[in-house]
Amino acid sequence: MSTFTPPPLPSSDNRWKIVNGTMRKNGFARHALIETLHTVQSAFGYLDDDSIRFVANSLRVPLSQAYGVVTFYHYFSLKPPGKHTATICAGTACYIKGSDKLAAAAEKRLGIPRGQTTKDGQISLMTARCVGACSRAPVVMCDGEVVGEMTSEQLLEQLERWAVE
Amino acid sequence: MTIEELEQIAKSVCQENEKFDFEVNVCMDLACMSQGADRLREALETAAGASGKNILIRRTGCMGPCSSGPLVRVDPDETLYHHVKADNAEAIVKCLGGKPVPELQCDLNDHFDKQVRVVLENAGHIDPEKIDDYISRDGYKALLTALTEMTPYGVIHRITESGLRGRGGGGYPTGLKWGTVAKATGDVKYVVCNGDEGDPGAFMDRSVMEGDPHRVLEGMAIAAYAVGASKGYIYVRAEYPVAVSRLTTALRDARRRGLLGNGICNTPFNFDVEIRLGAGAFVCGEETALLASIEGRRGTPKPRPPYPAVSGLWGKPTLINNVETYANIAPIVRNGGKWFANMGSERSKGTKVFALTGKITNTGLVEVPMGIKLREIIDVIGGGVPGGHTFKAVQTGGPSGGCIPAEMLDLGVSYDALMAVGSIMGSGGMIVMDDTSCMVNVARFFVEFCMTESCGKCIPCRAGTAQMYTLLSRICAGTGTMEDLEMLVSLCETIKETSLCGLGMTAPNPVLSTIKYFKNEYIEHIVHKRCPAGVCTMEAPVPVVPQEVLA
Repeated sequence: MSTFTPPPLPSSDNRWKIVNGTMRKNGFARHALIETLHTVQSAFGYLDDDSIRFVANSLRVPLSQAYGVVTFYHYFSLKPPGKHTATICAGTACYIKGSDKLAAAAEKRLGIPRGQTTKDGQISLMTARCVGACSRAPVVMCDGEVVGEMTSEQLLEQLERWAVE
Repeated sequence: MTIEELEQIAKSVCQENEKFDFEVNVCMDLACMSQGADRLREALETAAGASGKNILIRRTGCMGPCSSGPLVRVDPDETLYHHVKADNAEAIVKCLGGKPVPELQCDLNDHFDKQVRVVLENAGHIDPEKIDDYISRDGYKALLTALTEMTPYGVIHRITESGLRGRGGGGYPTGLKWGTVAKATGDVKYVVCNGDEGDPGAFMDRSVMEGDPHRVLEGMAIAAYAVGASKGYIYVRAEYPVAVSRLTTALRDARRRGLLGNGICNTPFNFDVEIRLGAGAFVCGEETALLASIEGRRGTPKPRPPYPAVSGLWGKPTLINNVETYANIAPIVRNGGKWFANMGSERSKGTKVFALTGKITNTGLVEVPMGIKLREIIDVIGGGVPGGHTFKAVQTGGPSGGCIPAEMLDLGVSYDALMAVGSIMGSGGMIVMDDTSCMVNVARFFVEFCMTESCGKCIPCRAGTAQMYTLLSRICAGTGTMEDLEMLVSLCETIKETSLCGLGMTAPNPVLSTIKYFKNEYIEHIVHKRCPAGVCTMEAPVPVVPQEVLA
């Protein structure tokens, strides 16, 4: 029986060592695919072809299956995020309290639909299914920080600050 | 770790706490944090240090009424302060031992009086990152009692006797499920905790995992002992990073104390838990999809039978319960099944945690005995609809649930009663809508959610939700016809009957329940081209269904 040798790291970038660490912790088991992809995304900000290929080869998962998993789950992103991210919660409580108006105002200001990043790579406009802060609806995550009871004016001000940075 | 050692720890924590004259508890849940609770805690610590008084500042999990945050409770006199800013810290510290700060004191007696706290008994009283705090409130006592004094069968009997039903929404009797897994043959069995709270508008499980993580672990360990498993998984949404970090800390501390691992309490029982992150797929709340996701695959459901109790994770017998179900286990084992069965209604026992949100004065987390009237939850505990608006409907059960109109508010909350009116208990989201909400638009919102969350495996759900969305969009835009409405109803029935998993089977619920109770709003949209709530823009172009959904 031949023993499996995981492929070499794609580059000398230290972040690959973190990724490899997750896989090693799980004994390079196939079921560690989602865990590993999480590590890649938190280290690099997104998943590109090289990283998916590297993870698939390391875990001996068919590339099609790895790509299938990446595209199935909303949390994984195939595009690099902008410098700043505004994530508008699109949960029910936020919707009832007008989150779609917030999203429309931000779309108009940035000139991009939700889910995209401005051309200069400065701001990403995302939506989340629910961040669990429903009692403070409508909620927007500004670079990961939860801001409750957001108004269009407040959101536009924030975007303005980011845009001129 | 033995029971004696556990009691010793509890005693030393109490002695430690008695050294302080006052305890100032600061709610550090997500909602209070977003209003500056961490700055407040720092300010309180500085003020306490400068005052020369003997004060313990403690961060706690969610205290409940999030709309009044940031919240601070001062013990021993149990004074509750609301909307506390960092600037108020000095005043609060100064008033300790005397009269409370009048302008910050909050009167939420009506809010709390109707509540019964079982799952949330520790919320607001312990530091979630300190295992000893949990132990001092009888934590892990149930586990050690079960291991040393009860047989696995005895534990299952007690759970069956309590009448506890699955809190994830389905309401399957927990004791029966445990019994099935216990009887299943196999040397390896798994215990899984479903913390994939995908229902938008619900955050009970997040608060439990963040505010009292050990309670979930204890429940899982008792379950593992009862069914004969030695390995557990907690599947948590990646959108809940705080819950993940609190659970990680809890796991580490429990292992250190010998409450997880090999030979727990000098018995042959071994049990350990691993955390698995979800990745943003609503369908993974369905048990077979969740198991596929733990195995590292796409979260697509499988037809049942075989049920996970017989063939689950990697084909082994697997017990899956929701966070809140596990959170109920320790108190039941401690206090007995009859104690639990005394609470609640005829066929729904115990209490239920609801996340009360939307157009209501006191938003937040409430725990009420089953059978309580909806009106009491909304008018008394919730404080009614603010801003002079009138109540229109309450939505329970998220995208799988339905909208309940004002005339049915005297309904007692239970699995069967909610099912009978076309909604479901669900995981416990309760979203209140007033006269500014358009029910057709709300139905469309839920259908859009289900459409994008459909995994695409079975046609009724994949294509059906897209067609429902098109029909509802037409009605919202004022271009719908009465034939569309008829078609919508018959389509709903088909999807309900023919879908593979719970997502598809329940996706029509919001549509059917709004047609049933708010048909006049649909007719207004279709016949008079008018949106009574003024939400829908009439004659707007019908939104096109994204290509990837149709493909």
